[in-house]
Amino acid sequence: MEHTDLLVDWSRAQFALTALYHWLFVPLTLGLTFIVAIMETIYVKTGDEKWKQTTKYWMGLLAINFAIGLATGIIMEFEFGTNWSNYSWIVGDIFGAPLAIEGLMAFFMESTFFAVMFFGWDKVSKKMHLVSTWLVAIGSNLSALWILVANGWMQHPVGMKFNPDTARNEMVNFWEVFFNPNAVSKFLHTISSGYVLASLFVIGISAWYLLKKRDTQFARRSIIVASSFGLITSLFLVTTGDESAHQVALNQPMKLAAMEGLYDGEKRAGIVAFGVLDTAKEIGDELDPFLFSFEIPGALSFLGYHDLNAFVPGIENLMQGSEKYGILSIPQKMEKGKIAVAALSAYKKLKEEGNLTEASKALKTFEKNQAYMGYGYLKKPEDAVPNVALSFYSFHTMVGLGTWFLVLFMVTLYYSMTNEMHNKKWLLYLAVATIPMGYVAQEAGWIVAEAGRQPWAIQDLLPVGMAASNIASTSVMITFWLFAVLFTALLIAEIKIMLKQIKIGPEGH
Amino acid sequence: MKTHITHLFQSVFYLYYDGFTNMRIGKTLWILIAVKLFVMFAIVKWLFFPNVLQENFATDAQRSQYILQQLTKDN
Repeated sequence: MEHTDLLVDWSRAQFALTALYHWLFVPLTLGLTFIVAIMETIYVKTGDEKWKQTTKYWMGLLAINFAIGLATGIIMEFEFGTNWSNYSWIVGDIFGAPLAIEGLMAFFMESTFFAVMFFGWDKVSKKMHLVSTWLVAIGSNLSALWILVANGWMQHPVGMKFNPDTARNEMVNFWEVFFNPNAVSKFLHTISSGYVLASLFVIGISAWYLLKKRDTQFARRSIIVASSFGLITSLFLVTTGDESAHQVALNQPMKLAAMEGLYDGEKRAGIVAFGVLDTAKEIGDELDPFLFSFEIPGALSFLGYHDLNAFVPGIENLMQGSEKYGILSIPQKMEKGKIAVAALSAYKKLKEEGNLTEASKALKTFEKNQAYMGYGYLKKPEDAVPNVALSFYSFHTMVGLGTWFLVLFMVTLYYSMTNEMHNKKWLLYLAVATIPMGYVAQEAGWIVAEAGRQPWAIQDLLPVGMAASNIASTSVMITFWLFAVLFTALLIAEIKIMLKQIKIGPEGH
Repeated sequence: MKTHITHLFQSVFYLYYDGFTNMRIGKTLWILIAVKLFVMFAIVKWLFFPNVLQENFATDAQRSQYILQQLTKDN
């Protein structure tokens, strides 16, 4: 069988489908564990049984989300072995160690502290129970850490060395992988986005109780905690987003250009606060990329390089290169990539023939050009550009909604503190309507991160086309639809069980 | 000492036993988890997701050779 674009597209679509569905469940768990831990802390401090009831209610919804989301990520592991076997082999140790730690951590945490948290209310002391709840919150977030270390490495591969004899990357510095700036910013941005989603979830459901004029004291208590938590974590989300964008600017400039629809780079580059892309725009033509746009001057330079006057390269600059700014063109990178691939091929053949002197020379040539190896597999320079519209709209949807969440937290905190929230019907309806927006922002964030880094499975080193296995595209299509049905059924189950529990309310728990 | 350890194991056992027997919504969730894991591991994984390199090659050396060949096949 041969690699075909169809096979690669279906493999990518399947991975995107499973990752996006998986990500419907994870962020709520990441955030809700902390919210219930805060609520339980208030209960232990005050001894007020109403806080215990509040904690137990949200813990129930956490249990539903956790149970339904459990193991949905395993499917991606299956896909690595089947659809992405080349990739799995090549990343080797880099993925193995973090995922093994994650697996062990998740297993021990889930089988012990989760059990104490859910079953141990009358079995262990108040303090022991509280410690377990906090450990669940910290543990589930640390579990995400290892996944994001692996993902961060794909976006910015450091701390490894490619072994040309085994075709595997071998870890040479664990701490460089662990403290990879891309991984650190990605981890902090991702978990804080989970805290924001969980806050929106708690506020939205509590607002529904206020609209129904039932369980009002419970709803007020919940809104105060969630609004405070949401406001603080939203501010943190802004700073981690800033650092993430800075890392993208440094290591993935093409992604940043696509996120902003920036074709011609400039100093004092602005951020498009709102804009509509012209779908007729193509690389190399003279068309304005936007039908209309409203820009904040200098903001992109500042966001990307923390300097209002910094030059931000656009897609055209990255394609054509620039001596002034030390940018190699994509055709130059492709040339170097082809030299790397040819040298690897020569090294392999010469070593098999026993010609070690020439093999050593070939290896040196390979190592000199290895940083551009992935470009050697691209068919044309345009292949190095991700889908601009998808990256642009996903990024702006995420940022726009994130700004709205920050405003909402301020308003809900103010009105809940002044005890006027129940009178503000418009705000209650907005709070309920914002729950799905939280999920949209989550998914948009992942689309920016993953679609924006195309065509790379490993940045600059391995394009997705080379990462995919040689298998029949029909089998990938079948499993795509199988997963679509399975995950949709799980999602429907989650929503139905959640809605049932919400209707029962805290009194029924 | 022995009595203390036995007591600890008993406590852990009853934590889980009572927890599971007293569950309300939890029973539905456990059924859902069981069905989901069965579908994922016994059907999906087994029927559709073989580990391609594990199944097609016996040794790591063969797997390395295959990947190197894939990486350099156009040269």
